[in-house]
Amino acid sequence: MNFEHTEDRRMLADTLNRFVSEQVGIETRNRIAYGDTGMDTALWAQFAELGAIGALFPEGDGGFGGAGFDIAVVFEALGRGLVVEPFLGALVVGRALGAAGSAAQKERIAGLIDGSTVASLAHDEPGSHYALSRVETRAVRNGDGWLLTGQKAVVVQGDNAQLLLVSARTSGAVDSEDGISLFLVPGDAARLVRRGYGRVDGGHAAEITLTNVQVGPEALLGAEGQGYATLERAVGYGILAVCAEALGAMEVAKKDTLEYLQTRKQFGVPIGSFQALQHRMADLLLEVEQSRSAVINAAAAIDSADRTERERALSAAKVTIGRIGALVAEESIQLHGGIGMTWELPLSHYAKRLVMVDHQFGDEDHHLARFIALGQA
Amino acid sequence: MDLQFTPEEQAFREEVQAFLKDKLPQHIAGKVKAGQRLSKADQEEWHAILNERGWLANHWPQEYGGPGWGAVQKFIFDNECALAGGPRIVPFGVNMLGPVLIKFGNAAQKSYWLPRILKGQDWWCQGYSEPGAGSDLASVKTTAVRQGDHYIVNGQKTWTTQGQHANMIFCLVRTDREAKAQSGISFLLVDMTTPGVEIRPIRTIDGDHEVNEVFFTDVKVPVENLVGEENKGWTYAKFLLTYERTGIAGVGFCVAALAKLKVIAAKVHKNGKPLDQDPLFAARMAQVEIDLENMKTTNLRVIAAVAGGGVPGAESSMLKIRGTEIRQEILSLIRRAMGPYALPFIEEAQYAGYAEPPVGPAEAATAAANYFNYRKLSIFGGSNEIQKNIISKMILGL
Repeated sequence: MNFEHTEDRRMLADTLNRFVSEQVGIETRNRIAYGDTGMDTALWAQFAELGAIGALFPEGDGGFGGAGFDIAVVFEALGRGLVVEPFLGALVVGRALGAAGSAAQKERIAGLIDGSTVASLAHDEPGSHYALSRVETRAVRNGDGWLLTGQKAVVVQGDNAQLLLVSARTSGAVDSEDGISLFLVPGDAARLVRRGYGRVDGGHAAEITLTNVQVGPEALLGAEGQGYATLERAVGYGILAVCAEALGAMEVAKKDTLEYLQTRKQFGVPIGSFQALQHRMADLLLEVEQSRSAVINAAAAIDSADRTERERALSAAKVTIGRIGALVAEESIQLHGGIGMTWELPLSHYAKRLVMVDHQFGDEDHHLARFIALGQA
Repeated sequence: MDLQFTPEEQAFREEVQAFLKDKLPQHIAGKVKAGQRLSKADQEEWHAILNERGWLANHWPQEYGGPGWGAVQKFIFDNECALAGGPRIVPFGVNMLGPVLIKFGNAAQKSYWLPRILKGQDWWCQGYSEPGAGSDLASVKTTAVRQGDHYIVNGQKTWTTQGQHANMIFCLVRTDREAKAQSGISFLLVDMTTPGVEIRPIRTIDGDHEVNEVFFTDVKVPVENLVGEENKGWTYAKFLLTYERTGIAGVGFCVAALAKLKVIAAKVHKNGKPLDQDPLFAARMAQVEIDLENMKTTNLRVIAAVAGGGVPGAESSMLKIRGTEIRQEILSLIRRAMGPYALPFIEEAQYAGYAEPPVGPAEAATAAANYFNYRKLSIFGGSNEIQKNIISKMILGL
C-alpha cells in the first residue's frame, strides 16, 4: 500500500501545475473559453510540447505514460486551471485508436500527441440521454466504404476537430450493444454539417448532422458491429479524466472559499468565525477528500481486466463526483454570498464547470443505476 | 501509488485470518453477526484469547506487552476482526487508560496496572462525562480534595459504559476550583468497591442496560492513584481522546454490516421480489456502498500518512464523522429492510438462546434495537459536531 506518486509523475504534476497557473490565468482562460473558437491553438501546441498529451498514452502508442494515475494527475492539473483545450477528445479518441486500431490507424495517435490533430468523440445523440448503447445514426455499405447518416449531440470541441470518432449502427436494435460500429471521419467531410456553439462552462461543442457522409473502408475502427466494447473502454478513460478534472476544480473552489471565510468581515468579525459556516466548510472538506478517494479508486481500477470491478469503480467515481461537484459549487457560491454570483469572480466559473461535469458521460442517477446493474449481473 | 497490500502486509493479513478462524469462538462470533448482546464473560473470554497471542493491547509499545505493530498492521487486524465477527475490544482499559499510563504514569503505576489490564484482572470504565459536561468535558464538577494521603471525591459521572461490570474507574476530577475550566482538572484512578461509590443503571432507548450513572459521596482515594501531576489532567484527557483514532472510522464494522444488509435484501421479499430488486431500496444501498468504498480509501490514505511519519490529527475527525454516518445509514437500511417486522419488541429475542421461533425474519429481533442503539456513534467520542469544530480549527484554520 502506497499513496505516493512516483517521482516522474510528481514532476509531471508540478510542471503542469506551474505552467497552468503561470500561462493560463483566469483572464486568459476566460478569454479563450468564451471566445470565438473556444480553444487556443498556440496554447494547445504548448501543452503538446510540455508532454501533457503524451502522458495520456502508453509507450506502445507513442506516449510515455497512459496509466490511470497519469491521466488523473494531468486532468487534475487541467481542472485547477479550468483548461478548455481539447485534452478529453485526444484521450478518448486516442485510447480507442490504441485499443482497436489497425497499424495504419494507430499512426494517427502521433498527430494527437503532437497537438496537430484535434479529435472529438461524436457519440451522444439527441435522444440518447447518456445511454451508451443507444445509437440511431446508421452506417450502410456503399461500394467498399460506408455511408453515414444521423445526428450527434453536444460533441465536445466538435467544431474544432479535424478527426471525429463517430459511432453508427450497422445492425441490431436501436439500443443494442451489438451492431455498433466506430468510424474515423474527417471533421470537414462533405455532407457533414457542424453547428458549433459555446458552452455554459466554457469551451466549445457542436451539433453534427451527417447526411450520407461517404467514408472509405479504412475509416472503420475495429470489427464491424463490435464497437461497443471499445466505446465503453474509451468512455471509461473519459469518465476518469473528467472526475480528476473536477477534483482539481473542487480544490480551487475549496481554497477560494476558505480564503473568503477568513477575510470577509461581517458584524465586525471574519465570517469564518460563525459556526454555521464552519460546519458547512468542514463538510465540504470531508466531501472533497471522499472525491479524491473516489478518483484514486477509479484510477487504480481502470486497467483492470475484470470488467465489473473496473466499470463499477468508474461509475462509483462518477456518482461521487456528480453529487459532490454540485455540492461544492452550490456551497461555495452560498458561502461567498452575492459576490459568488458574479462573472468577475473566478469561483463562478469553477462552479459552472463542477456542475456541468455531471452532464458528461452520464450523470449521478445514470451511474448509480449502472453501478447497481453491474453488481447484479 | 498502489492500493494493494505489500506481500508482507498480505502475509500478516493471512496470519490474522488464520488466527481468527482458529481462535475466535463460534458462540461469540455468532452473537456479533446476529447483532445480539454480549455478556461480560464473552468479552473477557475474547480478551484472554487475544492476550494469549500477545495481540490484545495492539496500540502499546512492545516493552509493555504490545505486539509492536505499525498503523497498517493495526488497521488490518481491526478490519479482519470485524469481518470475522470478532467483538470490539472493551476500550477503556486497553485502548484508553493503558496509553495514558504508559505516557504519563509513574513506574509503580505502570508495573502494577498495565499487567492487570492485559490479564483482565481489572475491568475499567471511564469517568469523564457528567450530567452537565458532555462534549464540553472541561466543565467537570466532580471534586477531589486532598486530605493527608487521600483525596476525598464527591460528585457524579454519567454515561458510564459497561460500568456495571467494572471494578475500577478512571476519572476526571476538579482539584482546583479557582482555576479556569481546563486547568485544575486531575486524572484519578478510583476503586469502585470503595465506600461511597454507587452505581445506577440507565436504560437506553433500545431497552438495553449498557450505560450507568456513578455517584461519589466522600470517597477516599489514595494519592498514589493520581496519574501524572495534579491539575494537569486535561492534558492527559486530551491525549486519550486523540490517541490512535485511525481505527475510528470502523471500516471493518461497516463492511461487515453492509454484507449483512446485502444478504437480507436478497432474502426479504417485497411483493414477490427480493428487496434488492426494488429500485429505490437498491439505490439507497448502492449510495452507501459507494460512500463506503470511498471511505475505505480515505481511511487507508490517513493510515499511510501515519505510517509515513505523519500525525493523525484532525484527519481522525473526518474519519469519525463519515465512518459513523455510513454505519448509521447501513443500520437504518437493515431496519427498513424488515418492513413491518421491525416493530415487534421482544427483549429476550435479542439474546442468544431465545427458545421461541422468531417473529418475522431472524434479523428482525435486533434490527430496530441496533439501529436505535447505534445512534450513539455520532454522539460519543466527541459528537460529530465537535469533530467539525476540530476540523474548522485544526485543518481549516477558521
